[in-house]
Order: sequence, then C-alpha cells, then structure tokens
Amino acid sequence: MRYGMAIEVNKCVGCADCVVACQIENNVPMGYSRDWIMEHVTGTYPVLNMHFESQRCNHCDDTPCVRTCPTGASHVIEGGIVKVAQDDCIGCGACIEACPYDARYFHPDGYVDKCTFCDHRVEEGLDPACVSVCPTTCMHFGDLDNPDSEISKLINSRENFTLIPEAGTAPQIFYLK
Amino acid sequence: MGKLNRRDFIKISGGAAAGAMVTPPLTNIFQSFVSKKEKHLLEGEATKVSTVCEVCFWNCAGWVYKDRENNIRKVIGNDIDPHCNGRLCPRGTGGLGMYYDNDRLKTPLIRVKSKDGKQSFRKATWDEALDVIEKGMKNIEKKYGKESMALLFHGKTGPHFEHLFKAWGSDTMGEPAGAQCLITREAGFIATYGSGLGSPEPTDITNADCLVLLGHHIGENMHNGHVQDVSTLIDRGGTIITVDPRFSTMAAHSTSWLPIKPGTDIALLLAWMNVIINEELYDRDYVAKYTYGFEELKQHVQKYSPEWAAGITTIPAGDIYKSARQMGGGSPRTIVHPGRHTAWYGDDTQRTRAIAILNALLGAWGRKGGFYFTEKVKLPKEVHPPFPKPKWTWKNISKEKHKMAIMGITNEIMDNGLPEYKGPYKVKGMFFTATNPIQSIPDEDKIKRILENQEFIVVVDTMPSEITGYADVVLPEATYLERLDHIRTSHHKSPNIALRYPAVKPRWESKPGWWIAREIGLRLGLKDFYEWEDFEEVLDWQLKQVGSSMEEMKKLGVKHFPRKTPIYLKKDEDYWFNTNTGKIELYSTDFAEWGYDPMPTYKPHGDIPAGYLRLIYGRIPMHTFGRTLNNPYLNELKNEPKLWVNPKVARIYGLNNEQEVWLQNPKGKISSFSIKVRITERIRHNSVFLPHGFGNKGRIFVDGKVQEMHLTYGRGISDAEMISNVLIDPETGGTGMKNNFVKILTDNPYKKETTS
Amino acid sequence: MKEYILDTTRDIHGLYPHVHIWGFPIAAYLFLGGLAAGILLFATLYYLKGKADDMPFTVKIAPIFTFIIIMLGLMLLVFDLHHKLYVFKLFMTFRIESPMSWGAWTLVGVSIFSLLWPLSYIDDIEKYLHDRGWRRLDVVTKFIRDLEHNWLIPRFLIISFRKYRTFFAYILLILSIILGIYTGILLSAFNAHPLWNNPILGPLFLTSGISTGSAFVMWLSNNKKERRLMSNIDMALIAIELFFIIHMVMGLQAGPEAFKLAGSLFLGGPFTVTFWILFVGFGLILPFVLEAFELKGYHIPPALPALLVLIGGFLFRIIMVQAGQVSEYPFIH
Repeated sequence: MRYGMAIEVNKCVGCADCVVACQIENNVPMGYSRDWIMEHVTGTYPVLNMHFESQRCNHCDDTPCVRTCPTGASHVIEGGIVKVAQDDCIGCGACIEACPYDARYFHPDGYVDKCTFCDHRVEEGLDPACVSVCPTTCMHFGDLDNPDSEISKLINSRENFTLIPEAGTAPQIFYLK
Repeated sequence: MGKLNRRDFIKISGGAAAGAMVTPPLTNIFQSFVSKKEKHLLEGEATKVSTVCEVCFWNCAGWVYKDRENNIRKVIGNDIDPHCNGRLCPRGTGGLGMYYDNDRLKTPLIRVKSKDGKQSFRKATWDEALDVIEKGMKNIEKKYGKESMALLFHGKTGPHFEHLFKAWGSDTMGEPAGAQCLITREAGFIATYGSGLGSPEPTDITNADCLVLLGHHIGENMHNGHVQDVSTLIDRGGTIITVDPRFSTMAAHSTSWLPIKPGTDIALLLAWMNVIINEELYDRDYVAKYTYGFEELKQHVQKYSPEWAAGITTIPAGDIYKSARQMGGGSPRTIVHPGRHTAWYGDDTQRTRAIAILNALLGAWGRKGGFYFTEKVKLPKEVHPPFPKPKWTWKNISKEKHKMAIMGITNEIMDNGLPEYKGPYKVKGMFFTATNPIQSIPDEDKIKRILENQEFIVVVDTMPSEITGYADVVLPEATYLERLDHIRTSHHKSPNIALRYPAVKPRWESKPGWWIAREIGLRLGLKDFYEWEDFEEVLDWQLKQVGSSMEEMKKLGVKHFPRKTPIYLKKDEDYWFNTNTGKIELYSTDFAEWGYDPMPTYKPHGDIPAGYLRLIYGRIPMHTFGRTLNNPYLNELKNEPKLWVNPKVARIYGLNNEQEVWLQNPKGKISSFSIKVRITERIRHNSVFLPHGFGNKGRIFVDGKVQEMHLTYGRGISDAEMISNVLIDPETGGTGMKNNFVKILTDNPYKKETTS
Repeated sequence: MKEYILDTTRDIHGLYPHVHIWGFPIAAYLFLGGLAAGILLFATLYYLKGKADDMPFTVKIAPIFTFIIIMLGLMLLVFDLHHKLYVFKLFMTFRIESPMSWGAWTLVGVSIFSLLWPLSYIDDIEKYLHDRGWRRLDVVTKFIRDLEHNWLIPRFLIISFRKYRTFFAYILLILSIILGIYTGILLSAFNAHPLWNNPILGPLFLTSGISTGSAFVMWLSNNKKERRLMSNIDMALIAIELFFIIHMVMGLQAGPEAFKLAGSLFLGGPFTVTFWILFVGFGLILPFVLEAFELKGYHIPPALPALLVLIGGFLFRIIMVQAGQVSEYPFIH
C-alpha cells in the first residue's frame, strides 16, 4: 500500500477549491494553509504556456522531515502518509527547514502542521477533501503499489513530472502533463 | 426632505475617527468559531440540510453538514444536481464563510442626523425600521405615485421583493444581471432563434467536438457545470479555440489561442462566416431546412475576408482559416459559446447575433454536441388577487428606446432619478436588495448624483457595501444558509427542482427575505397578497401540485422529473422557431423593421488614446461579487487583486513586481486606492487586466462605530470606478463597459503636501 | 519570461517568499556550542598532554565558563521552540538520524562534565583567584566546598572525577569534538537548502568553533606563554578556515543550478558585503594580521584580535543561518 496523488495540470484551472476544502475539512486556522496553488507561465506574448499546480506535502518516500525530527513527532504511517504527532512536537522547526517544498508550518498553537492526505477520510474509504471537491476532477488519489488502480494507470500512461526531484526526496505527487 | 443634495454618504470624513480605522490582523478573525482542537466531521456522521448555493448565480444545489452542536461545518454539492454533479466550486465550498462573517449587517439601521448636521446610522428594532419604510414608501406614493419607487435586485431573494412591488403597484424594476451582463446575449439569440439561453446556458459541451470561446474565460468565471463539462472535453481530446486578448486559463488549456485585438470580435466572426460559407463547411441540410436569409448572409459576408479581418483583429489570416476549418470539421458538434457577461462595446447584441448565426451555420442549435433543448418543471404560481396595474413601468422607460429591452434596464431606471431628468417617469425612491450599483452599474459619479437625488432609499443585504451608506433604512438579510427561498426550477437536460432550506437560525437579528417582504407588505395593506404565515406553506403547496412535497424535498434536495419533449432535433424534423418567419433568422426581420442592422456589421470602436492602456476586467475563480471578497475563507484564497501589466509596459513605466500604483482614466478620475503590479506576459502589451469587484470603499458609521467589510475595505482598485465611457447598446440599452482606458500613476496622488 | 508565482494567498509568516523560521537564537546557539567545544577541547587536550600546570588558565580556569555558555545556549534553544512546554519530549527518545536529537543529548553530557571539571579543580581555582586578590568569590568556593563535604552525591561525583580525571578527560575530549562537529552538521543535515547541503560545512564550523575557543583563552589568559601558543594555534585555524571557505564557494559555483544560486548569495547577492568584508575581512584576515604582528613583537592589545575572532565567528553563524534559509531549490520543469 502506497498512497499518492496524480494531478492533471492540463485540466486544472487553479480555482483553489482544494485549498478552501482543506481549510474547512481540517480546521486549518485562518492565515495558514496546507495546500496552495502555484501558477507557472513561460514564453513571450503571444507564444505562451501556462499551467497551475495544486501543491502540498509530497508524502515523499525519502523523508528528510522525519529524519531530522528530534522527538519522533514526524512519522510515517501505513500507506506512506507523513504525519506529525502534535503532542510529541516541540516546535523546533527542523522539519520545516528540511522540507524542500515548504509544506510545513508552525500552527499558532506551537506544533508543526501539514497535509495528512486526510488520513481520517482515507481510513473510511473516502478521497482526501481536496480531491473530493475538485470541479475539473483533475486530482486523483489512490494506491501507487496497485498497478490496476486508476492513479497507477494514469501515471504509467501519461507524461508526468514531480516537484524538485533533484532534492532526492522521491515525492509521491505526480503532475500529469 | 425637500432639499436636493440631502444625502450624504455615511462615512467618516477627514480624520474624525482615524483611530477606529486600524484593521485587525488577518490571523485573528475566525478564532471565534474554528475550534482549536482538530476535530474532523465526516459527512456520514453529520446531519444534513438541503441548500441551493447563492455565492453566484449558477445556484448549485448542495448539502449543508452540521455537527452535534448544530454548527455548520461544510457545504458539499448534491450528487444528483446537474448544476454541480456533487462538486461545488471554491466559492460554494467556502460559502459557509458568508454565514460566519462577523462583518455582516446585524440589526436594522436607521439614518439619523445629529445636531451638528452629521449623518450616521443608529441601530433600530425591526418595528422601527419597518415603520420608517412604510412611511417612506407611502410618502413617495403620495408625492409622485408608487411607480416612482424603483426596485433594483439580484439573486434568489429578488422574487420576494418583486412580488411585494407588484402587489403594491410598482413595476419599475431591474437587475444588473440584465443590462450590465447578459441582456445583449439574450437579445441576440432571441432575434435569431426566437428564444434566449437563460442560465445555465444549454451548451452540450459534454458531447461537443469543438468549443469556441470568445472572451469567455471558463475556469476563471467558475460557471461550475461548464467548467466540469470543458474538463471532460479536454479528456476526450476535443478542440478548444479561445479568442482572448489575455492569455486566460482556458487559453492555456486550448488547442489554439487567438490573441485578438480587443473590440474586434465581430470582424473575426464575420470572417469565420465568410470561410465557412465560401468553403461550404456549413451544415447544408440544416441551413436549408431551418434558416431564413442564407443568401442575404452569403452576400453580406463576401466583403469580410480573413485577409480583411487580419488587419483589424491582428490575428493572422491563416489562423482564421484554420480555426474556421476546425469549426466546420466539428460541425454540428461545434459550439461557439455565447458567453455570459456580454455588455462590452455598445454593439453587443450584434456581436452575439453573429455568434448565434455562426452556430446556426454550423447546425449546432438543437443538436447533440451543440445546444440542447432544455426542459423545466413549471411550478404553479401562488394564488393571490391580480396585481394592480401601474400607470407606467420599466417598459415605458426603456422599451420605446430599445426594442430588445426584454427586462428592466437598470442604468436607465437609475438615470430617471437624476435631478436633471424632467420626463414623466421620475424615480424618486429606490429599494435595493442584494445589489450594489456603485460596483455593478458603470459611471460612479453619475450613480452618486442619482442616489443623492433620491428621497428615500432602502437597502436589504447581508453585508455592508457602498450602497449601504446611501440608505435611509438598512435591513439585515439572512444568508442563503439561514433562509428559505423559492424552489429552484432550472431548465436543464433533465427537468429538476431543488430546495434551499434554512440549515440554521439566522445570526443576530437578520431575517429571511420572504419575511422582510411580507412584513413590509402587511404594513402597506397588502394582506390579500400574503395569506400565509410562513413561506414554507407556499412552497409545500406548490410542490404538492407537481407531485412532491416539502417533506420529500428535504430528504432529496434535488428531484428530477421525466422529460416530455425531445432533447435534440430529430433527423428532418419539422420545427417551428419562435421568430417572425418560424425559422432561424440569419437575416433578422424584426431588426430590419426596427431599423437595426438585420445582419451584423463590423464598426470600429475607436483606438486607445495616447498615453493610456486599455482596461480589461474579468473574474478570478475565487470571487464573484463584492460581497464574496469579505468571506473569510474566500478572502484567504485571494485577498487582494493585482494589476496585470505586460513586461514591455513595465519597462516603459519603470514598474516592478508588487509595486503600488494608482490608475487614472481619461476623464481625470483617479482610483480611490492603490493596487500592486504583476508583470506578466499573459496580458497584451497595450492593455492592463484588473479582477472585478475589489476596491471596496463601503464604510459606514453606526452608533459612533465603524462598520465595513474589514477584510477587503480599501484593497485594490475597483474596475467600476475607472469605467466612465459607457457605450449603450441600441437594441437593448445594455451598457458597453470595455472601451475604457487608464493611465498608471506611480506616485501617490493622495500624498499630503508637506506643510511649511 | 518565466513566472512561477503563488496564486493563492499563503502569507504564513516565515514561509514566504522563503523559509525564515530560524533567526538570532539559533545562530547564537550554534556559536555558543562551538565556543564551548573549543574551550573544552583545549582544556582536555592539554591536560592529557600533561600541561595542566604549564597552562593553568586553559586547563583549569577557562572550563568554568563553558557550563555557563552551554546553559545560555540551551536557554536560547528552548526560547526558540514554538511548543516550549513540550521540550521534555526531546529527552524522551534518542534519534540517531536527527542531529537535533543527538546534539541535545551531547549537550546534556557536555554540560554535566563541564560542571564537574572545574569543580574538581576547586583548590586551584581558589588559588588562582587569591593570587589576583579576588576574594569576593570566596562565598562561591566556600559553598562548593560545603557541597563537597556535606552532601553525599556531589562528594562522590567530585571525588571520583578527581580520581579518574584522565578517563573523564578522554570522554570530555570526545564529547567536545562531537559538539563542535554537531554545530556544523546541524545545518548541513538540511539538504532542502543547497547552501547547507555541503560536506565542507561540518569541518568549517568545527574549525571556526575551535578558533573562537582559542581566541577566548587568548583574550582572558594572563599567562604570556599560553597566549602566545593560542595565538599561533588561532592563526593556523584561521588559515584552515579560509581554505575551507574558498573551497565551499568554489564548490557551490561548480555545482548544479540550485548550488550556483546558493553561491551567488555571496558573489554579488545580498550577503556579499557582510560575508566578505565583515566576516572574512574583519573576522578572519584582520585578526590574523594582528596576531602575526604581535608575534613579530609589535604591541597589540591581546583582546583586539580575540574579540574580532569571536565577533566574526558569531557573524559567520548568523550569515550562514540566514543565507541558508534564503537558498532553496528552484522549481524547474
């Protein structure tokens, strides 16, 4: 079992429904966010390219955040989901510094917070909140280990990229071109 | 009361209460209801109440989920609703922020004048406020007649007040959704097909092969159903052709993008017709059977060659040929999308006529993958005595000037409230519900003069905005999550109805629109028109007439009914279109009779004045109206707009990213606030882009305290403020707002002179 | 033109436009750790070389300060935590992969030994103070003697420490080296920041830490021979530091895009002046020159080069902490 995401950037309109759905689902305090939209434009008018990326924790295979955590608060649960145990976190910021994606932040209550792939929903067989609301259905969530899952098929059949592969973290969110 | 300029906008003048202007930091607002401990609420564990979204006009049906303490926790789309297919857009998902917004209007407010002449609001009870309204409306009636009290409305709350006004005896009403938005489009299609499009537009994108978008930025406008449909079109590898001076989101997802010179769409449309007719790419059987005036059209478009259009539109002729052939190749599964906000250049009915004609040539109307025939459930009207007949209505104001004015023309109704208006249809009192003319109707200075000339103004709304400051009485309305409104009977592929039921009690002293309208009605002696206590009784009765009930709808949220008519034209089916000729009129007989162009012609709109840039405005996906800007969740997504500037322009003006600038239009009007620059290649070099709705300056003074939409007050520049050149569409009276220009000011024009 | 912009509002303090969550306290913590490591290294090293009496300040007196320095550093570290009440969790587990974890444990060890080390020298310290006519601190020495005589556990600890001083010196030597390396490794463990993701950083911080330690001894010692020796050592350390710095900057320039960007922070970027003029110029080269002149016999107040080295060392850590957070992997695709 290895959870991951595939996001079709050819369909994403950057509406940020994923961002607001996450905020509401997870009670993310105002002024903070676990996911966000990046806009990528290249070229010169009128020869242009653009796409949006819905970004969040990449739930990497190689987790520098978990490695650098001095208390074990940052940990990996079944399915490769990277989580933070609030009551073990001392708020030293090591994991924030360790993440190349800036996916973690200090919750105003002191502990470090981040995307959980909505594991409380996944446990119940639901999609994460961001995936479940996406109007363009450009986001897909599922088991990367299962070659028959929708997401595995998408990733295998389409050209894709991950974010900052050179950081060597083996991110598990794939952007499909 | 007689003094003309009696109405001051209620605001703080000078430094009177500068201390109160400090905006609290962003992070502190919300803590009141977001519980600190992370506690999830899964849909399965929650109680749910059916709702119909009111964050925009798409009106998706959804479910409100509440926890055990009866707090609204989320809103999620109803799976069987064809508007959203279970997936709301960001505004719908974040809609609960509208309910939780602490800047809402909380109690009725009455305008008072202090001894020193300063005007402000005081909190009032409902009885006090309603009494003032009764007195004010009766006063207008006595002095000028009921007709001089106008209603300007928007959204699902509108019908309650329409009912009130009609029962009282005034039909002087309009909504900006007409003249400032889609009336020109409706007129263009009615003139061609004998029927308008309505909302949602019946474009069969899910079955199309080719979709053409002209300045219609799906994805940025978040017309939910269409965004989803286009997504499936991309999946199927369909062709998308986007015509836009801006590299819009959809332009980026398109097969081809034609960066057109603004204001030249008709030239492109005519050139497309030229190619499609001359290369015989049109649907010959369809055109022969269903259209009228093909030969005239053929003659008419001969002079509009792609080579000619290339010089005007700046799109290479080759691209025009290519795109026309792609459209022809897809026929009849090609849609030239009619768009929605089409109040652009003052010849917009003709522009949408051209779109309608192009669709007819391609055989798209009534065809799979084109435009489907809609069907809608007809709920019986509530029973009441016949409405009294007003001496004059909005039709007298607009219909004589504009034959295609199919609904009240807001700008003209308002114009009749100008002090210099001497005609018979004076407007002396105004009633606004859920609409803010300062942001929605162009030419702010004129609007202000009109408002200052009114003798009585009532505002019913959920949020304070610019218009609130001009009111004599302000009534706080409950948000859509707290109120019951009419059943949504949308026309769609499958006829369906949807219920908006209050999920929670209204916060503070706000009240649902139906209650407010009824209370005013009872005070005006209209008991006969309100023979019910609770609006639920009316809905229950209506529903029972079509074989449903309140009880059932509360459980289902959305109910589908079987179709009675075919969705597409059958092969060789005889079909009567609701036009003079009974056919699709490529040549409009009505227009010819009324002295309008029977077929669209290209007319130049005048170029950009030297030293100015064209102002292009549009939507961003996270906001709809001024009032969504203060929704804490949506504000969080985008809390300030950026002014898009091409790098070439930035170099000339010496601009940097994030630099603060001000705008000035050719009439010398300077923006009230500043805006940050975004240097981007996505905008044409001689234009700037501004997202619509920002630059709020609706600050009011209530019992010595400031009330405003504090998250959005003063952030960015309002496009409406910069629009002063309004081109009136002759057929409809719609306001063309896209021929406006601005100059970028890098120095703060409001910087205080240093006192020596 | 290339644009890569955040489209939604995510102005979380300290995350945009680049991570900035570590500031002065962490830099100070790293500086103090390196300084303590340097002082203890010299103390234990010269004790083991049998020079305890030749170099009394280095071996016996200077370590008094290390306990205070380490406590100060730990206070700053705790002060910088966002979830302060949970700080005990740091000592509920040991995580070998996390430098933060083994650093915390090392500090605990070092702080205990660095307290016992001077306590075991209480007689010498008292004599040292009396020689200089400082009797005001007699209260403290008397208190320590009372502790040693009347309380079982301190008595046992101090006595056994005296008895097995050589053994403990070895342990403390190792711990101080670990501490010195740790202050460098802490940053280089974060390979999300290309500037820190650099094998030179560990040795560079270690050298710099030892250099500040020698400067500290040089500054406060009044033994001419000791000062001269430390001055010599310091010059060598500065030379090694300079070598590492040049190596680091050149290494960054030779690396891939992200590393070039990191290097450019010092080569024309916002840190150019502070790094090359304030740190390298006034914190390394100037003290080196001053020390060289002093060796040649010119009269230079010994505090001057020492303080320059100390301030330079602190500045270096501030620069590295700040610049490291600015340096991020660019999104290229």
